[in-house]
Amino acid sequence: MGYSLEGRTGTWEVVCGLEVHAQVISQSKLFSGASATYGGAPNAHVSFVDAGFPGMLPVINQECVAQAVRTGLGLKAQINLFSRFDRKNYFYADLPNGYQISQFEHPIVGTGIVEIELQDGTIKHIGITRLHLEQDAGKSMHDQHPAKSVIDLNRAGVALMEIVSEPDIRSPEEAGAYLRKIRQIVRYLGTCDGNMEEGSMRADVNVSVRKAGEEFRTRCEIKNVNSVRFVMHAVETEALRQIEVYESGGEVKQETRLYDPSKGETRSMRSKEDAHDYRYFPEPDLLPLILEQEFVDALAAKLPELPDEKRRRFCDQYGIPFYDAGVLVADQTTADFYETVAKGRDGRLVANWISGDFFAALNRTGTNIETSPVSGEALGQLLDLITDKTINGRIAKDVFEEMVETGAMPAAIVEAKGLRQVTDTGAIDDAVTKVLAENADKVAEYKSGKDKLFGFFVGQVMKGMQGKGNPALVNEAVKKQLG
Amino acid sequence: MSIFELTIAGAAKALAAGSVSAVELVTAYNGAVAELNPRLNAYITVTPELALEQAKAADARIAAGDATPLTGIPLAIKDLFCTEGVRTTAASKILEPFIPQYESTVSGKLKAAGAVMLGKANLDEFAMGSSNATSGYGPVENPWKRAGSDARLVPGGSSGGSAAAVAARMALGATGTDTGGSIRQPAAFTGLAGIKPTYGRCSRYGIIAFASSLDQAGPMARNVEDCALLLNAMAGFDTKDSTSADRVVPDFAAAVERGVKGLRIGIPAEYRMDGTNPEIVALWEKGIEWLKDAGAEIVDISLPHTKYGLAVYYIVAPAEASSNLARYDGVRFGARVDGVDLIDMYERTRAAGFGAEVKRRIMIGTYVLSHGYYDAYYLKAQKVRNLILRDFTDVFAKVDAILTPTAPSAAFGLGEKMDDPVTMYLNDVFTVPASLAGVPAMSVPAGLSAEGLPLGLQVIGRHFDEETVFAVSAAIEKAAGFTPLPELRAK
Amino acid sequence: MSLDAATVRRIAKLARIRVDDAEVETLQGELNAILGYVEQLGEVNVDGIEPLSGGAQMALRSRPDVLTDGGFAEKILANAPDRVGEFFAVPKVVE
Repeated sequence: MGYSLEGRTGTWEVVCGLEVHAQVISQSKLFSGASATYGGAPNAHVSFVDAGFPGMLPVINQECVAQAVRTGLGLKAQINLFSRFDRKNYFYADLPNGYQISQFEHPIVGTGIVEIELQDGTIKHIGITRLHLEQDAGKSMHDQHPAKSVIDLNRAGVALMEIVSEPDIRSPEEAGAYLRKIRQIVRYLGTCDGNMEEGSMRADVNVSVRKAGEEFRTRCEIKNVNSVRFVMHAVETEALRQIEVYESGGEVKQETRLYDPSKGETRSMRSKEDAHDYRYFPEPDLLPLILEQEFVDALAAKLPELPDEKRRRFCDQYGIPFYDAGVLVADQTTADFYETVAKGRDGRLVANWISGDFFAALNRTGTNIETSPVSGEALGQLLDLITDKTINGRIAKDVFEEMVETGAMPAAIVEAKGLRQVTDTGAIDDAVTKVLAENADKVAEYKSGKDKLFGFFVGQVMKGMQGKGNPALVNEAVKKQLG
Repeated sequence: MSIFELTIAGAAKALAAGSVSAVELVTAYNGAVAELNPRLNAYITVTPELALEQAKAADARIAAGDATPLTGIPLAIKDLFCTEGVRTTAASKILEPFIPQYESTVSGKLKAAGAVMLGKANLDEFAMGSSNATSGYGPVENPWKRAGSDARLVPGGSSGGSAAAVAARMALGATGTDTGGSIRQPAAFTGLAGIKPTYGRCSRYGIIAFASSLDQAGPMARNVEDCALLLNAMAGFDTKDSTSADRVVPDFAAAVERGVKGLRIGIPAEYRMDGTNPEIVALWEKGIEWLKDAGAEIVDISLPHTKYGLAVYYIVAPAEASSNLARYDGVRFGARVDGVDLIDMYERTRAAGFGAEVKRRIMIGTYVLSHGYYDAYYLKAQKVRNLILRDFTDVFAKVDAILTPTAPSAAFGLGEKMDDPVTMYLNDVFTVPASLAGVPAMSVPAGLSAEGLPLGLQVIGRHFDEETVFAVSAAIEKAAGFTPLPELRAK
Repeated sequence: MSLDAATVRRIAKLARIRVDDAEVETLQGELNAILGYVEQLGEVNVDGIEPLSGGAQMALRSRPDVLTDGGFAEKILANAPDRVGEFFAVPKVVE
């Protein structure tokens, strides 16, 4: 049973499509040689081209084209060997030319598919309509001066990929999962850093609602939502608003709305109301963008393994559960770390340790894989000590904590602290004998049927041996002596 | 002989021989500008001190043996070319305070060749016009007069300031730009040679855009050879213009001497239009005879879509212009008129900054691109444009060049043809097809009208075959032996 | 097709050019004359003809992704009609 909202007049379904604007990772801008780096002093990363000065002309950055193609390949999408740039005409203070160079009729990437996974493990496919390249605008700030808005053009002309989904999304959860998936894919590809706080990824959210079996109703577009959580909330809050409009006998008007995270609501953007005739036409300062199939093939050949494929391979190659594999491929660094440690080792043991103790330690110490006090090599050595029975699992946890504390290598810790596992059956037998002798009353209870006490004896023996007893041998000895 | 009698080629020889210095030459031309510009208004901005400095540098360069054929040659630069540190207005009030911090590629190349800039030549506002009457800095007067009349005539447009400056000997040569005839028509109206090269031959970087898919820079000068010398310096591949052609620039000056023996010259039936001055038709016939006599083969051809050229042009050019001129919004450069809010500021700035013709074209362009009309106007026009290109491609399989008149009339009076915009637009009827097809075309002075005004013939060539255009134009020039001069000129 | 006064006003609004009533009337006449003239394209058969959008008949060139420009805010701001510090300034925008 899918997601739905109950209104006074019945059950409503949510229909949603996302337009994700992802800033392309490149040194320079889409059509100029100025820096595409985030930040900088105001108007420092600006060329005369970016500022729309008279007589200035765009020249396309080949890396931005390659990044768009890589992303298209990552979205399992059609790469269009013929594409074209168009001008989207509208006036705004931070749009220097009075038009944005975009791709309207002939985008560089056509239809594709993205696979998302929901909380309950359901897999769903969301269709990609297109991906096109376009320029970002500058930034207007309204709070720097009492009577004026001020403009910084540093971002003007930076390359963006606009990734448009089909209206296949049916719940806030799906919207969130889709956005996270897009972010994961572009990060794997190295085509966008996915940093939503700095605005290098943001989403326009199209939302409508309908009753079961109906055609699509009028949609509203919520502009520039800049976190996964906000997108999810915006979908829900906008759907509820529309249901309320319909149920009060009104009609939803097609419009652009703004999501206000502080109030948790969407509101109409009056300023964009009259700007809807964009007068697209082919950009006469540029020629059609023609790609060679060999160029696309070369990029495809060098494409990194993508998260979905990696996840399936991890399941097959390392015998780990699908869910665990999903955790490990969440980002490229974790996946690489896992594979480094898992090489030549028991993949399941490695997976358990990474998603358990290791992640917990990162969280606790506020570090990440790159800055972690425990290296892949150190973790591997610890797991080797477990596998070759030098230490047991219980001791391993203590050793790991010591590694987190001191950054020391596990073998050194084991040696220094004398933590080697005792496998000498004589020593174990002695320890068992001692515990049973000290607990004669409990032995009697056990023998009269209190089977649960078995664990107590094992625990006491391990304690007596400072945890170093081989658990299997201790079990065996306790069983034997209890008769 | 007066220093003003020298052509560019002649001046270059004199400079090389040391019989005249660049400082002498430029001082003379600065004087001519000072004397005649108040009357003719050919320049919006004059830069005599800068010119003198450049002349001194030119003399040093000549002395060092490092000169090009243009070193020390005083030129007028159309005020559509951005010039670093020198005000550039596009003849629009909206750019009145604009001082570019960069140099256009073409003016930069001329500067690098050692050419001297006398000032920024007047033009129709944003190059939109055929009379130079739309300039925000006043009209330019054609130095030519009808016999026995002192009526002020237009120099043509949009490169009317460039044309008047060269014709009145206030410059040895000039840069122009041609979108639908803006070099060729004023050249014809003022008895000059002027060429619109192939689209992509000269970089558009730093030239204020009117219609991006049509704009092309080119030279205007007293004769074909001078144009070739100028174009050699102006042309060339530029990585800063995506529509610039990555091709070797041939020696155009050498092509001038080639002759036309064996060339096939097409005469398009469709250029025999109603309303064309009979004198012009007669001159065209003369031109055909001259070329035949010089050994060319004359071929009757058809360019069937010629009559639709103007209609296509007056959709495509305004459409592109409406977008190109959106950047003049009073935010980053140029004039601003304050308003109560941003939109009000835009609307007041643009209402005050643009003249009537520019507003008309922005309005038409906005309309033909607007929702619901794009297909009927813009898309349709682009398809017919393709048919026009095809006309030329088909014909150039059979002929090497095409000969036509440049304009349907001689220079007209200031204030004439102003009744409605369409009458003015008809001036471009012969020049627009070559612009739409992107092929090179040159106007060469070929004779005088009965009223004593210069008339031009147009030579159209294949894409990137300016050499043949120069050769044919030179043959006409030689046969025509055009020597008359306007009375209003530096002597 | 003929433009009415309301359309002239709408187009002027889109083009961000302030027009007064007298101008609307003049423009309406002039624009209709131009549109009337270009009507003749209606008689051209363009079935199967591709639109020609550019003047140049070649493929798009691209440039390598290197930093070659910018870093001169003063030049960018040199012609600004109004500025606040290193920013361009415009009348306050209310979103």
